[in-house]
Amino acid sequence: MNNDADATLRHADLDTTRGSRLKGPVGQPVVSISNLSKTYDSGFRALKDVDLEIRRGEIFALLGPNGAGKTTLIGIVCGIINATRGTVVVDGYDNVTQYRETRSRIGLAPQELTTDSFESVWGTASFSRGLFGLPKKPAHIEKVLKDLSLWDKRNNRIMTLSGGMKRRVLIAKALAHEPRILFLDEPTAGVDVELRHEMWNLVRALRATGVTIILTTHYIGEAEEMADRVGVINDGELILVEDKTALMRKLGSKQLTLQLQSRLDGIPDSLAAYDLELAADGHELIYTYDTTAEATGITRLLRDLKQTGIRFKDLRTKESSLEEIFVNLVRERR
Amino acid sequence: MNVYGVRAIYTFEMSRARRTLLQSIVSPVIATSLYFVVFGAAIGSRIAEVEGVSYGSFIVPGLIMLMLLTQSVSNASIGIYFPKFIGTVYELLSAPVSYFEIVLGYVGAAATKSLVLGVIVLATAGLFVPLHIAHPLWMVVFLVLTAITFSLLGFIIGIWADGFEKLNIVPLLIITPLTFLGGTFYSIDMLPPFWQKVTLFNPVLYLVSGFRWSFYGIADVGVGASLAMIIVFLTLCLGVVAWIFKTGYRLKA
Ligand SMILES: Nc1ncnc2c1ncn2[C@@H]1O[C@H](COP(=O)(O)OP(=O)(O)OP(=O)(O)O)[C@@H](O)[C@H]1O
Ligand SMILES: [Mg+2]
Repeated sequence: MNNDADATLRHADLDTTRGSRLKGPVGQPVVSISNLSKTYDSGFRALKDVDLEIRRGEIFALLGPNGAGKTTLIGIVCGIINATRGTVVVDGYDNVTQYRETRSRIGLAPQELTTDSFESVWGTASFSRGLFGLPKKPAHIEKVLKDLSLWDKRNNRIMTLSGGMKRRVLIAKALAHEPRILFLDEPTAGVDVELRHEMWNLVRALRATGVTIILTTHYIGEAEEMADRVGVINDGELILVEDKTALMRKLGSKQLTLQLQSRLDGIPDSLAAYDLELAADGHELIYTYDTTAEATGITRLLRDLKQTGIRFKDLRTKESSLEEIFVNLVRERR
Repeated sequence: MNVYGVRAIYTFEMSRARRTLLQSIVSPVIATSLYFVVFGAAIGSRIAEVEGVSYGSFIVPGLIMLMLLTQSVSNASIGIYFPKFIGTVYELLSAPVSYFEIVLGYVGAAATKSLVLGVIVLATAGLFVPLHIAHPLWMVVFLVLTAITFSLLGFIIGIWADGFEKLNIVPLLIITPLTFLGGTFYSIDMLPPFWQKVTLFNPVLYLVSGFRWSFYGIADVGVGASLAMIIVFLTLCLGVVAWIFKTGYRLKA
């Protein structure tokens, strides 16, 4: 496809490794999901007309409550679940009719800890590479195992590993065939804090070599930390896809908390126009305002407070996190 | 063709057998010896000859078939059932391997294992009775075709089964009776006419008969019929496997 664009991109980029394995330029869709629906045999509709484009080279975080349809969506793209309707195009190839092309580009680390207990870590990673049609390359397997802090355990049978280690074995298997697109279904579930940070670094390093990463997580802080874009799925519907920073700017609200000198029983009528609430048993007044609005209204509020005779000792502001945005979004739908 | 993929599956399956090597060799040797003690020595001493062949020698092809059928089915069914059961089948389904390649890996490995077993049984039998193989080439053909066909059948059972019970019930309720009633330990001439007719509907009879012919040149049914029967059965199994993969039956939600 875009060989010229790719070349330009490489020249333009100072870091020569970045983008070197890409077929097209960064930012173009690499996975296009259209009109995707899934109705399980039980009659349950797990996905409802989902349209989603994943951009080349990005880290995309798919969020949603339990049972929202995240794993179902990933399963369909990877070929584990049959779609009821709709299409998935990966790097220009249809994932059903040209499955060899699409699957060889994709690595999947599933949510469930499903491993061959009797195999060794090294053996299972080598198996994955072969299964995906590549000749042996011990140096690559070694690198992957080292990156995932599994090198010391390479000869261990998988059943002798801890849960967090098994999780990393699944990621090692997914990386064994050097995929360009990586699906990580809850990669950090059950992984300790230190290793979680190592894993984030690994994901960033992969992205730096041009790998597109789609991850699901219930740790919203993780999405906030890692993702370029965020998608929220609820009840099988994709309710939002947005650039992370834009999302936080757009949906994020700020709160101004005033510590009052004397306790208030209720909000005076003269201040009814403001989005105010009382907290700390009437000792704090919280004003929520929209960061995108032209005027925050703070100056006016402070003036009106003075006129009403309400005095405060201290004030502080707080920005809402992605987590709050997410909780609000999902709650709205219920 | 994803050769590396097929090789990965095949090697994985073979290494699974290697982990239990002792068990996979010792148990058929013991089982064969027991059959010889019971049928060959105890009962066989009262049956002089069957169509000019000593009873001990007569049962050798049947015995090999018995082992071949049961082992092919159980090897292949467990081979594919297990990944389904523990969930590692996700990797198979997400890999760039075609259905044909998956079958080649699993069925190839199961058939290889049961062929090795057949040779072990044959060698063990050689310790008890003199063996004579009239048509070695045909013997190999029957051996290989049967191993493949029944490994395919086992593969189908492994996919169909959604519990260990089902996994065991087909071999127990269908394969074993068909084998025992398929002329493994007798010539159907020894049966009353009515049962002779009934036995003709048993596909295993054709396998055993053809196989025995390759040893001693004697058969219950024509060799052509035997060969045709295997081919029909093989085609049937292939058809079912093709359908399974086309629909994702019991593999994909
Ligand atoms: N094989 C199946 N048959 C019937 N229903 C299913 C099947 N698999 C999943 N479901 C249902 O589909 C819905 C979506 O499941 P899915 O696993 O995609 O959710 P998820 O977003 O990954 O949830 P979690 O965060 O818990 O992993 C759930 O209600 C689930 O019960
Ligand atoms: Mg899930």
